Amino acid sequence: MMTPAETTKPRPTDEIVDVLIIGSGASGAAAAWSLADTRMRILCLEQGDWIAPTDFPTNGRDWEARRYTDFAITPNRRGRETDYPVNDDASVMKVANFNGVGGGTVLYTAHFPRMHPSDFRVRTLDGVADDWPVDYWTLERFFAENDRMMGVAGLAGDPAYPAHQPTMPPVPLGKSGARMAAATNRLGWHWWPSDIAVATREYDGRAPCINLGNCTPGCAQGAKASVDITYWPQALRAGVELRSRCRVREITTNAQGMASGVVYYDPTGRERFQPAEVVILAANGVGTPRLLLNSVSSRFPTGLANSSGLVGKNLMMHPWPQVRGYVEEEVDGDRAPQTVMWGKEFYETDKARGFVRGYTLQYSRGTGPVNEAVMSMEAGRLPWGVDHHRVYRTLLYRRLQVGIACEDLPEERNRVTLDPLLKDSHGIPAPKISYTISENTAAMMEHGIARATEILEAAGAKNIYTSRTTLNYPGHLLGTARMGTDPARSVVNEWGRSHDVKNLFIIDGSIWVTSGGVNPTSTIQALALYIADSMKQRLANLFD
Amino acid sequence: MQLELTEGEVRDFRRLAGIILPASSEYDTPGAADPAIFDDILRSLGQDLDAVRRALASLAARAGGAFAGLDDAAAEVMGLGFMETGGADAMTLGRSVLQCYYRDDRVMRALGLTPRPPYPLGHTLEDGDFGLLDAVRGRPRMWRDVDRAEAQRR
Repeated sequence: MMTPAETTKPRPTDEIVDVLIIGSGASGAAAAWSLADTRMRILCLEQGDWIAPTDFPTNGRDWEARRYTDFAITPNRRGRETDYPVNDDASVMKVANFNGVGGGTVLYTAHFPRMHPSDFRVRTLDGVADDWPVDYWTLERFFAENDRMMGVAGLAGDPAYPAHQPTMPPVPLGKSGARMAAATNRLGWHWWPSDIAVATREYDGRAPCINLGNCTPGCAQGAKASVDITYWPQALRAGVELRSRCRVREITTNAQGMASGVVYYDPTGRERFQPAEVVILAANGVGTPRLLLNSVSSRFPTGLANSSGLVGKNLMMHPWPQVRGYVEEEVDGDRAPQTVMWGKEFYETDKARGFVRGYTLQYSRGTGPVNEAVMSMEAGRLPWGVDHHRVYRTLLYRRLQVGIACEDLPEERNRVTLDPLLKDSHGIPAPKISYTISENTAAMMEHGIARATEILEAAGAKNIYTSRTTLNYPGHLLGTARMGTDPARSVVNEWGRSHDVKNLFIIDGSIWVTSGGVNPTSTIQALALYIADSMKQRLANLFD
Repeated sequence: MQLELTEGEVRDFRRLAGIILPASSEYDTPGAADPAIFDDILRSLGQDLDAVRRALASLAARAGGAFAGLDDAAAEVMGLGFMETGGADAMTLGRSVLQCYYRDDRVMRALGLTPRPPYPLGHTLEDGDFGLLDAVRGRPRMWRDVDRAEAQRR
């Protein structure tokens, strides 16, 4: 029987391009911009739409309710026509993504920590998982380049990081930050104003933050650095072509085992073929393995680039418990960027704690009127009936919260596969994720919850409670096409090229070897810039 | 599939909304059964419609018929009890009420808030005391220094 890749039914064929990028999010945008100076013909196919600033929820009175509908962080709830479903029944965490120009950067908090140097050497330092085939110092100039492109607010001098200079002044501490900072000082622990990809002054044509809050579901002011307003305008001006509403079904290969292009559906739903000399996958840690597993042929019967059998395996999602409490005075609520500072006291390994690796404490402000009511209702803290109004007034704008960004280590049982039944609106098999939390990570979570509780107690908070895993928290998508030097133990090499298919590159979070205890966007983009630079250095012999 | 609630379901829902979020003279705030608020709730059900319908069916089953037909005391006990024990569908119903209630102009004003979207006016945020960082600035390096020497040789 012919496989989908081998079928020859007539379909329109587009003009061949030099480089085809699948996905316009954090990594795809960075690579497109970087490669544009080669003057190659570069095309990006994006399954979602451009989102206009006027579309974002903070323009309207229903701005909070839309977090539960068309701007929900999980595609299964959002259910846009441009989304694909994900079977997450076998996962304790839910997928966070956005399918549109800018990808996940449209729907992220813009918290912008880098991985630490030790994160790239976990086998050497801590005897677990694997070392990365690259290191912090190789990526350092790409971190800096990415900071300039995105625009990062922060403060130099953090003793928890190698020296670096954020491009703008930090986001204000506000009442919430100052209160939690003073509490952390009383405990003698580290904290520092977070690097946040939000413009605190005019930056590269972007208006400064005016504290709309509610940053995650998009910034109407354009102060939050999503790549649709940072990298893409420059990449488009440099000649890169971006086609939205084009969903790729599979990557095709030729008789030599090289990628020959992709089959995709255009905005009218018509199936087309786009030939390409080089294919770059930038579809995130679920979308990328889904596409590879859907690209089967007689030569690649278990999916493209999957001779190692590792495509889809080692999914890491960053378990992220939240500890919340309430103070008597009114604090910032949601009237500012949500994240204010990070704490690195427990980031580096100390085996006396009963686990290896560590976590970031992420200090956040509160939330808005609807979300406070809904979350407190769900937690059983806000009663129904006549007492509702009194209790609500003790909660609104009085919340402080500390998240625990835990590093989960790669485990092959945590994986992305293809669901045998579920399909997207084009009939393409949908991904299924299976994910459980390991003993090491569970111990780390409990340690972090206890420390976060101490901080909130020191800040004078009462009514403290913990949410261990919740629908609306990441969900980062990492590790499912890992990089490495051994083709038997990795999918791509140390500069992102598939071991099996010499003109296929992967640049998104799939290639992560371990996850670190930080939000991944900064490092995803630094890696994408590094891989693009590596390609440019090797253009004469890219496929050798 | 029915695209909106039946008249009977609407009656039960309105009765329940008025019990779980009653008007308050003490706080000068309307209840969720207020016509403008309740109409907003009905209009905004969207993808929650099926869950709300299931919740109302469960409530009606407990009432042995129309929940709206119960006397005040029985309805209050049953309605509040249902919100505690009605599971995920009751939670969804509760959220559908709250997300409209806490955007009503009168409710916002009663909370001391200006009824407006965040954009374009935004909010003012005080700087906070960055002097608190003095306790951290003097700390020795915390990150583990790996690979740097090799990188410098490259």
